[in-house]
Amino acid sequence: MQYETVIGLEVHVQLSTESKLFSGSATTFGAEPNTQANIFDLALPGTLPVLNEKAVAMAVKFGLAIGAEIGKRSVFDRKNYFYPDLPKGYQVSQLDFPTVGKGSLTISLDDGSEKIIGVTRAHMEEDAGKSLHEDYQGMTGIDLNRAGTPLLEIVSEPDLRSAKEAVAYLKKLHSIIRYLDISDAIMAQGSMRCDANVSIRPVGQKEFGTRTEIKNINSFKFVEKAINHEVQRQKDVLEDGGRIVQETRLYDADRDETRSMRSKEVANDYRYFPEPDLLPIVIDDAYIDAIRATLPELPDTRAARFVSDYGLSEYDAGVLVATREMADYFETTAKLSGDAKLAANWVSQDLQALLNKHSWELSDSPIQAERLATLIQRIKDNTISGKIAKTVFEAMLDDNRDVDEIIEAKGLKQVTDSGALESLVDQVIANNPDQVQQYRDGKVQVIGFLVGQCMQLSKGKANPAQVNEILRSKLS
Amino acid sequence: MALTKTEVEKIAHLARLHVSDIEAEEVARGVSDILALIDKMQSVDTDNVEPLAHPFDAAQKLRPDVVTESDRRDELQQLAPQSQDGLFLVPKVIE
Amino acid sequence: MIEKTVAELSAALAAGETTSVALTQAYLEQIAAHNEALNAFITVCADSAMAQARAADEARAAGSTAPLLGIPIAHKDLFCTAGVKTTSGSKILHNFISPYDATVVERLQAAGAVMLGKTNMDEFAMGSSNESSYYGVARNPWSLDRVPGGSSGGSAAAVAADLCAMATGTDTGGSIRQPAAFCGITGLKPSYGRVSRWGMIAYASSLDQAGPLCKTAEDAAILLNVMAGVDDKDSTSISLPAEDFTATLNDSLKGLRIGLPKQHFTRGLNPAIESAVRLAVAELEKLGAEVKEIDLPNSDLAISAYYVIAPAEASANLSRFDGVRYGYRCENPVDLEDMYKRSRSEGFGEEVKRRIMIGTYALSAGFYDAYYRKAQKIRRLVKEDYARAFEDVDVIIGPTTPSPAFALNSMKDSVTMYLEDIYTIALNLAGLPGMSVPAGFVEGLPIGMQLVAKDYAEAKLLNVAHQFQQVTDWHKQKPSLTASAKTTEA
Repeated sequence: MQYETVIGLEVHVQLSTESKLFSGSATTFGAEPNTQANIFDLALPGTLPVLNEKAVAMAVKFGLAIGAEIGKRSVFDRKNYFYPDLPKGYQVSQLDFPTVGKGSLTISLDDGSEKIIGVTRAHMEEDAGKSLHEDYQGMTGIDLNRAGTPLLEIVSEPDLRSAKEAVAYLKKLHSIIRYLDISDAIMAQGSMRCDANVSIRPVGQKEFGTRTEIKNINSFKFVEKAINHEVQRQKDVLEDGGRIVQETRLYDADRDETRSMRSKEVANDYRYFPEPDLLPIVIDDAYIDAIRATLPELPDTRAARFVSDYGLSEYDAGVLVATREMADYFETTAKLSGDAKLAANWVSQDLQALLNKHSWELSDSPIQAERLATLIQRIKDNTISGKIAKTVFEAMLDDNRDVDEIIEAKGLKQVTDSGALESLVDQVIANNPDQVQQYRDGKVQVIGFLVGQCMQLSKGKANPAQVNEILRSKLS
Repeated sequence: MALTKTEVEKIAHLARLHVSDIEAEEVARGVSDILALIDKMQSVDTDNVEPLAHPFDAAQKLRPDVVTESDRRDELQQLAPQSQDGLFLVPKVIE
Repeated sequence: MIEKTVAELSAALAAGETTSVALTQAYLEQIAAHNEALNAFITVCADSAMAQARAADEARAAGSTAPLLGIPIAHKDLFCTAGVKTTSGSKILHNFISPYDATVVERLQAAGAVMLGKTNMDEFAMGSSNESSYYGVARNPWSLDRVPGGSSGGSAAAVAADLCAMATGTDTGGSIRQPAAFCGITGLKPSYGRVSRWGMIAYASSLDQAGPLCKTAEDAAILLNVMAGVDDKDSTSISLPAEDFTATLNDSLKGLRIGLPKQHFTRGLNPAIESAVRLAVAELEKLGAEVKEIDLPNSDLAISAYYVIAPAEASANLSRFDGVRYGYRCENPVDLEDMYKRSRSEGFGEEVKRRIMIGTYALSAGFYDAYYRKAQKIRRLVKEDYARAFEDVDVIIGPTTPSPAFALNSMKDSVTMYLEDIYTIALNLAGLPGMSVPAGFVEGLPIGMQLVAKDYAEAKLLNVAHQFQQVTDWHKQKPSLTASAKTTEA
């Protein structure tokens, strides 16, 4: 039987505020255990929450970026359950009246087409602390530094139809969040976390199949693997005549499998009710307009502008706007070098390869946009050839002198002096009588070989266009 | 409405209270009496009434995003039944 | 001196007729003599009180005129007090030394008050008799085999027996007004949001409100001046223009419109209390007030709605008591579930557990609409009843309780006890300010008259109560305390 996959993602993003959602404790990542957990965070009796204005602004900003309805009156609720990393015994979240309502974002598919993915809602809530399962006298240790850090939970519609679409959606979301600068959104550090609701149904069937929720997916790569694995598992179950059980499954990256969280807990009953310690958040149009005014140019708009202003292909533009930093880097390079196409090639190919090779972030790269722009200028003004430029680029990695100084010091300057080039050509003609004869007999494509010989002899420094010209005139 | 022993056990578990078999019946009776008092509400038609969560209709105040708390771990962990290396200790949590 | 009002003590201190040290010493002696019998205090802070008294006297010598400078106060044991044990009447907090002060405590301290100690109360403020305290019942100074009321029973008993000049309390369904009535003192529950809840151990967040228990309406006004005011740490505290509640105490009551809710004068009300309250109302008429009967049609439902909303909020508020970060943890838990369940079951008393069960049930899947949502709708109806009534009247008056203080262990079941709060509970649902003032005696026990005003109209309440106390002397009556066994033996 042919099956269709249906996926919805729930993405938790840690908002990058200085202080917690409801208290004045710091949110710095990696602090010593419990040094950022104060009387409210420890749920000492008598303590009360006061809402962080920055978190609200960030949530609204995200909502506006995905064209969502902003809740004019959003309400916090208590979600009740016991767990040692949840100090109050309830998590403050938003159930019926989230701050961000329905919106959408567009993803690009492999065949070049686009697809709109619905976002059901995004709501603010508190993060929990961490349980450390190393052995402390045979007990579990609880670190509440993270407890109370603001989260935005972004829930998608079940619009995704493959693991690849899920990854594309997640990357797009990541890109928007980074553009908005509302979260570090680093999956490995947990500042962006993803749960996937996965089900399959026979092609043509309208009703959704029973879904499972996969938790603990902490990289883009694992999103794809975990979903593919789960889809295959569900197919196997159905084909063996079994049925899918609605449950939560944990993705184990080491074994590349999902497994059921065999919780003894019967069905969870969170007993949500409006949080009486907080009042409704009232958001008016003036506030929304003020936030809208702070929105940066978002990736889709920017890509369109790159196509129209710089004449890039849609593909190149799409690659370059993936992160705000990359797009900024490209734009600086393009402007300073005066050649957007060359800049696009260098940024999306050579620079990208460099980052991949070293697993660097853009900010780790020793080659800043200004230096790359100079390098491109030197290609354009014939100081060096495109090929020599690659050598210079390599040299720039551990030599932070000016590009021109490096070219000079390494003697990589292109030879454009016609006297020098003529003697070079003469030498090649003398060394290759057979090829010269073939050319003269009308096999003109041999000229490429002769130019190559000249380049080799000059160690790449000769200007190929000039060599070509001199060769032709000498052989005619 | 009267609560069954099974319901009492379910509710007690949600609330993380221990109720022995002997207590369960007594608890069921006590809770059921109170539910009878509560159930008087059901006689009133409230179809067109909006729920009221707070006595007064006011909006949430917002706090500037500023760190105001400093590290008081050593002092605060004096209150803990069991702690080590700056962590609160609880019986092993099995995931 | 200890029988004097705050206003009188303040004048005596200012005139140099006494010192805070002498006064504090006198109250500590009164506590030593009578607390064993009354059990009004869970914790007495003799040393720190004397130190604060000395500091107050020095501050006065240096020119300070802080409004409560040097006057001894007792705090209900659910206000967090830095460095002092704060139990909320529960075993689960038997070892909890608060690392911070409640805003109320901080403000009273800044006003110069000297803290004598922490008063007894029903566990987590859940009760009307003080019998649910883990620290033993506090007793009514008018009759030691009677309850002082609850949940602020220790505070009421302490004020009535002159163990302190004034006390703080909290009121979620009548917990200031009912014990004030039972002990023959004056108690004020301000409008919801008037006083900060920061540092007040929560019972039901949307209903809880702190207020003063004291000897006169004038004292209540002086205390409210200090306690009231918006607090950045409490999102539900309301920002209102600053007000001096003593400024209008002497306004004339001519033309004051009083409403008597017919639902508060029906069967179930002790006839002697009814006569006493009607006589008290007649005194107000003599002062120029006009009286009419009013209708609060949803009065009877308030108690039903309350016993959904308060337990529901409490069930979540009390989840933090889990034996992980502070408070009681059971011995040798075998696993996490065992730790949670035994710590909580051993740490909480029966009434608290019962209310947690009710609240958990009311919020559980399938019951939310029928219970919680329904109760919130009734809550609106109750509020609307009062709003309608206040279109025609300025103050609503009735009995505070249907009967005088009952005997210890006489309430056979929870529901009978709950019905004792029948007149007080609706105000908490509606967020309105209410007061109880002494209005007579029944069977030798004091009874209270409840006054209610519209949102934030505490000044009106205090004005009416003060004028009433100018023409009556119920509030001046004192219980005759026999010295405790300890003193007699010595």
